[in-house]
Amino acid sequence: MKVTIGLDGEPKGSLANKTGSWRSSRPIFLQEKCTGCRLCEMVCPDSVVFALEKKKYTTDLDYCKGCGICAQECPVGDIVMAPEADHA
Amino acid sequence: MRKVVEGSVAIAEAIKAVRAQVIAAYPITPQTHIVQELSELVANGELNAEFVRVESEHSAASAVLGASAVGARAYTASSSQGIMLMAEVLFNIAGMRFPVVMTTANRALSAPINIWNDQQDSYSVRDAGWIQLYAEDNQEAVDLHIQAYRIAEDLRVQLPVMVCMDGFVLTHSYEPVDIPEVEQVDRFLPPYRPTRTLDPTAPRTFGTYAEEGYTETRYAIVQAMNRAKGVIEEVAAEYEHAFGRYSGGLIQGYRLEDAEMVLMATGSIMGLLKSVADDLRAEGRKVGALKLVSYRPFPTEALAKALAGAKKVAVFEKAISLGGTGILAADLRSALHGYAGSAEVSSFIVGLGGKDITPDTIRKAVEMAEAGYVDSHFMELDEEFLREAAAVY
Repeated sequence: MKVTIGLDGEPKGSLANKTGSWRSSRPIFLQEKCTGCRLCEMVCPDSVVFALEKKKYTTDLDYCKGCGICAQECPVGDIVMAPEADHA
Repeated sequence: MRKVVEGSVAIAEAIKAVRAQVIAAYPITPQTHIVQELSELVANGELNAEFVRVESEHSAASAVLGASAVGARAYTASSSQGIMLMAEVLFNIAGMRFPVVMTTANRALSAPINIWNDQQDSYSVRDAGWIQLYAEDNQEAVDLHIQAYRIAEDLRVQLPVMVCMDGFVLTHSYEPVDIPEVEQVDRFLPPYRPTRTLDPTAPRTFGTYAEEGYTETRYAIVQAMNRAKGVIEEVAAEYEHAFGRYSGGLIQGYRLEDAEMVLMATGSIMGLLKSVADDLRAEGRKVGALKLVSYRPFPTEALAKALAGAKKVAVFEKAISLGGTGILAADLRSALHGYAGSAEVSSFIVGLGGKDITPDTIRKAVEMAEAGYVDSHFMELDEEFLREAAAVY
C-alpha cells in the first residue's frame, strides 16, 4: 500500500479490501433449477455474482458479504444461504 | 483600506482579498449577509470565483470539498442548524485533509428554535478535525480569515479551518475595519498549490474505504493539529509583520501580570471581560482576562504558561455539553491537570440563545468563583419562569 495523506486510493485500490471476511453466511448456487434469468447477477449490491457458463452462476467469495439478496430474489429457489461456520 | 462596514461585509471583502475560487453556501441567519455580499461581488465581476448556489448546507459543504479536491481555494459559511446539517461532510473534509476555510456565524441550536447568538453550533463540531479560531471583533475576524488560508494550506497542517464569529454581535455590527488590499494579501498568501488533486488523467479516490491505516489517519490528524499550534503562532507573527497589527495566535492575555483571577472565554464576550477586569483592577483586585483564539488545536502548553500564576479561572461559556459540563472549562481542566498548583477552574453558562450578558453578570460570577469552586453555573436564570416550568418539566 502506497501511503498518502488522507489515504488517497489509487485506481483499483479498493480491491485490496477483501470484504468477504464480513460474511456470516454464504450463498450456495445449487445449479439445479437455474433458468439463466440473470436476476442474481443484477441484484448483487457488490456486483460479485457472475456466470461460469449459461445457467451456472457463482459468487466471488473474496468480496461477497453474504447479504442474501440473490437467494431471496431467485425466482426458482436455486440459491440457498448457508452459515459461514459450516465452511470454515 | 480602513472603513466603517458591517462585519459580514468585511468578511466578504476578506474572502475577495484571498481570491477564493469556489464559494458554495446556503443562506441562514445570521450568516446570510456574508454570502449575499459575496454573491454580489461575484455577479458584479469584482471577484473572479464560481459561486455555487446549493439546495442545502450538506450540499454546500460537499461542493467545497469537491472544489478543494480539484485544487481550488474554497470557501463556505453557515450557522446553527446549517452547521449541524454540514456535520457529516465537515468530518470528511478534515479526513481527506482539504484546506477549506469556512465561517461560522455563531448561533444557538434548536429546539426551541432561536436565531440569536451563542456558540453551541461550532462547539458541537469540535471533534471534526477542523481548526477552530474565534474572533473577538470584526477586525480580528477579517485578519483570521486571511490567516486561515495560510494555516490550512501549510503543508505541515493541511487541515480545514473554521473561523467563528458571534452571530449578530459581530456579523451585524458596524465597526471601523481595515480590509487589506488584494495586492497586499497576494504577497502574504501565495496561490494555493495542492500536492494532490482529482485529475481524470491520473485517477485516484479520496476518502476510500480503509481498515488498515484508519487509526493511523486519525493519529496523523492529531499530529497535524499539534504542528498547527506552531504554525498558527508563526502565521500571526508574519501577519503582524506584513499588515502592522497582531491578530490571532493561540491565546491573547490581558493584564495577566500578577493576576490571581483570570476571566476566560472565546469570541466577542472578551471585550466585556476585559472591561470588567479593568473595573476590578481599579478596585485594587488582581484580575486579568484571557482570550482563547484557537480552540482546536487546544493550546495546552500556552495556557498552562499563561495561567501559571493564577489562583482561579472563571470560564464564561456560550455552550454546554448537556448531561456533562461547560465544554471549554472541561477542556481547560483537562489541559491543566498534571501541572502542579494549577488554577481552580470554575465555569459559568452565559448568553445562551442571545441572553443578555451585563457587567453585573460577570461581577456576580467573579464573586461566586472567589467564594469557591463552581461548575457549569447558569447565570441570570429567570426564577419566575423556572417556578412555572417546574410544574410541567
